[in-house]
Amino acid sequence: MNLNAGIPSGPLDKKWEKHRFEMKLVNPANKRKFKILMVGTGLAGASAAASMGELGYNVSAFCFQDSPRRAHSIAAQGGINAAKNYQNDGDSVHRLFYDTIKGGDFRAREANVHRLAEISVKIIDHCVALGVPFAREYGGLLANRSFGGAQVSRTFYARGQTGQQLLLGAYSALMRQVDAGTVTLHPRHEMLELIVIEGRARGIVTRDLVTGKIESHLGDAVCLATGGYGNVMFLATYAKGSNATAIWRAHKKGAGFGNPCFTQIHPTCIPVSGDHQSKLTLMSESLRNDGRIWVPKTKGDTRAPNQIPDAERDYYLERKYPSFGNLAPRDVASRAAKQVCDDGRGVGPGGLGVYLDFGDAIRRLGEDAIREKYGNLFDMYERITDENPYRVPMRIYPATHYTMGGLWVDYNLMSTIPGLHVLGEANFSDHGANRLGASALMQGLADGYFVLPYTIGNYLASTKLEKVDGDHPDVRRAESVVSERTKRLLSVRGKRTVLSIHRELGQLMWEHCGMARNRAGLEQGLAKIPALRQEFWKNVNVLGDGLELNQALEQAGRVADFLELGELMCRDALEREESCGGHFREEYQTEDGEALRNDEKFCHVAVWEHRGEDSAPIRHQELLSFENVHLTARSYK
Amino acid sequence: MNLTLRVWRQKGPEVRGKFVAYKVDEISPDMSFLEMLDVVNERLTSMGQDPIAFDHDCREGICGMCGVVIDGMPHGPRRATTTCQLHMRSFHDGDTITVEPWRASAFPVLRDLIVDRSAFDRIVAAGGYIATNVGNAPDANAIPIAKESADLAFDAATCIGCGACVAACPNASAMLFTAAKVSHLALLPQGQPEREDRARRMVARMDAEGFGGCSNHEECEAACPKGISVGHIARLNRDFLRASLTRGRREGNGGEGGSG
Repeated sequence: MNLNAGIPSGPLDKKWEKHRFEMKLVNPANKRKFKILMVGTGLAGASAAASMGELGYNVSAFCFQDSPRRAHSIAAQGGINAAKNYQNDGDSVHRLFYDTIKGGDFRAREANVHRLAEISVKIIDHCVALGVPFAREYGGLLANRSFGGAQVSRTFYARGQTGQQLLLGAYSALMRQVDAGTVTLHPRHEMLELIVIEGRARGIVTRDLVTGKIESHLGDAVCLATGGYGNVMFLATYAKGSNATAIWRAHKKGAGFGNPCFTQIHPTCIPVSGDHQSKLTLMSESLRNDGRIWVPKTKGDTRAPNQIPDAERDYYLERKYPSFGNLAPRDVASRAAKQVCDDGRGVGPGGLGVYLDFGDAIRRLGEDAIREKYGNLFDMYERITDENPYRVPMRIYPATHYTMGGLWVDYNLMSTIPGLHVLGEANFSDHGANRLGASALMQGLADGYFVLPYTIGNYLASTKLEKVDGDHPDVRRAESVVSERTKRLLSVRGKRTVLSIHRELGQLMWEHCGMARNRAGLEQGLAKIPALRQEFWKNVNVLGDGLELNQALEQAGRVADFLELGELMCRDALEREESCGGHFREEYQTEDGEALRNDEKFCHVAVWEHRGEDSAPIRHQELLSFENVHLTARSYK
Repeated sequence: MNLTLRVWRQKGPEVRGKFVAYKVDEISPDMSFLEMLDVVNERLTSMGQDPIAFDHDCREGICGMCGVVIDGMPHGPRRATTTCQLHMRSFHDGDTITVEPWRASAFPVLRDLIVDRSAFDRIVAAGGYIATNVGNAPDANAIPIAKESADLAFDAATCIGCGACVAACPNASAMLFTAAKVSHLALLPQGQPEREDRARRMVARMDAEGFGGCSNHEECEAACPKGISVGHIARLNRDFLRASLTRGRREGNGGEGGSG
């Protein structure tokens, strides 16, 4: 497996500029002759499809939702980082770079992260030009707020719906290209197989989710911007339809999978209310700007929160991390919540919750000021829990929220399959072992607006691609794989619903490969998942047929893939014998319970190669070198 | 809670649909409406009956994918709340609840509670954007925008494109949806150069898609899960009128003046 990342030589802050000059260009008149297939229309996919359309490429964009505007980027609440230093508080490209490398616990590439920080400033400019209504101050200039893992205010936001506003910006740019005829949309289509011809990605096989028709789409390059795979845990903050199918099929066709065990558990989500729970809802990290997190000092204190005097409360983040306090990074804050709950001091049903208290902020700033900042989040909390957070503290608990792992890509965002590019959360690239808040939107738009439009040209200009048609045996084979699989799913007619098996997988993953992991637990997970997979293929019940709108069939295909991916996650977590970022191995911790990295053995990206159903996958390494920051123990004290 | 559901079942776009009643027992008031439908579907599947098809995705009230008419009200009885954020505590034990898809000829039913809303995408493609290519933008703070205008533009921009406004309107008009987009961009300095063309083209597209006209019932505002004001429709009407008056000049057909 070729894992040469292709990092340009030269000083860190000149690499991208140099690379842009060295990359080959496609003549403007020739661009329309190239067809690019873009799967996924979230921030990364919509922005990339729109930008490539603007350049004149012939783009086809696919999404499983009924409209590109619905991709789950839309649910991002808090904001987007950019090193604008509009607040004059000491921010810079280098500081954003440094915070991101450190926040990722030194498991991301320096060159990628620096490029991301450089591009961040242009993203804000472009989004404003597109009409994104960011929050503003009375003077008419853009407002900022702070987010976890940073001591500067560099987060741009649009009330509690930054994701929707950024996505509508990218979507409007995309629809402009649809209007111009450069982009063709295929909504309600799901990619179910990658077509690889002579070692290059040349197309995809999709199922039309309305008619059930299976068809091939061929082109000169394939791009996946299909998001993360956190729904493997069943309960997560992802959309119900979010899935790993596109990247998993690509992985099985030869694309290396980077750091699959790196998942982010977000500290502030609404706790589970019962067995009927279908998903978890995030409460934006921005709330930690004004909310204080606490639990009672004594175990089993069942008094109502307002009855517990200040002296009997443990503001544990402020106590343990005085310099970052409630704005400690997500992995640190989640683990701390787990520790106090394991200690028997959790609140709410089952003791699985901690308080996020706005009492002090309301006394200091007034209820109106808090409503202005967080009103829609408070309303959402009340709708779900039937409790008024202006009166009683919110109850929160960590939940799966993001996956740092994903398909391995080089500096050009190309996977180990030539011609297959991977963007946004679907790739593994920029966040290391932990993503900082407000950095996912930044990365998605950086990849889509500013990186891929350059690097794809380099690939197309330097590659000789023969024309392929639909009768090619590799195309026919990929189509029949999809048809056979669909038939197989529909023919089991067992006794269990797809949902019940997905729920069971989620419980297994959460228990064995969740917030804290250890050898014994992971080994158990590795024994139980294949058994559950067998149960699925013997006993799942998917009604109806393939040639109709069949939501159970869609879900069954996705769960079948999660049942394979979950095993790889456990395997990766078992092999990584260190704790870093969101990956916490209980065997490797300091005396006071902090993550203990092992830079000698694990300062690398683990890249997994699929070797067929009957052979174990192979673990490869891409070594990470740090020339501009020192590898130090991450401290937020 | 024990409930009776009357659900619209329709196998496909060309098939006649009908209401089917289901007894639904042991529902927790803490379930969301869609979680209740999940439970119904689990039970139907176990009995070998086709589950009810319904659109949904984020279940956080922001993607705009979900939405059904509940007892005659788009997204149900709770104001400013999407179907996925509606909880069963808004109903009573013993209730009979009628569930049906958005009804509008521009939104054909695909199956059960799922409709085709692609007409909305085509309305946006007809000008619901600011034409700027990547790479052209000045510094984001180069154009200060008064907080008041920015906030008003934001209010319009909160539209999630769910289609409840169309479902609520006796004429199945898409004016609130179209007006929200036009208004969002018309309130910002960046949106000025294309302002009139945008209004004209988007309204023309809306009419071509078969949506009805607006006759000021204001049901749309009452049904909108984001509380978008009909005031935006007035702004659209002004822009549209101005665009009609200046149309000939802008298109340059017939030289100076044209029909305007």
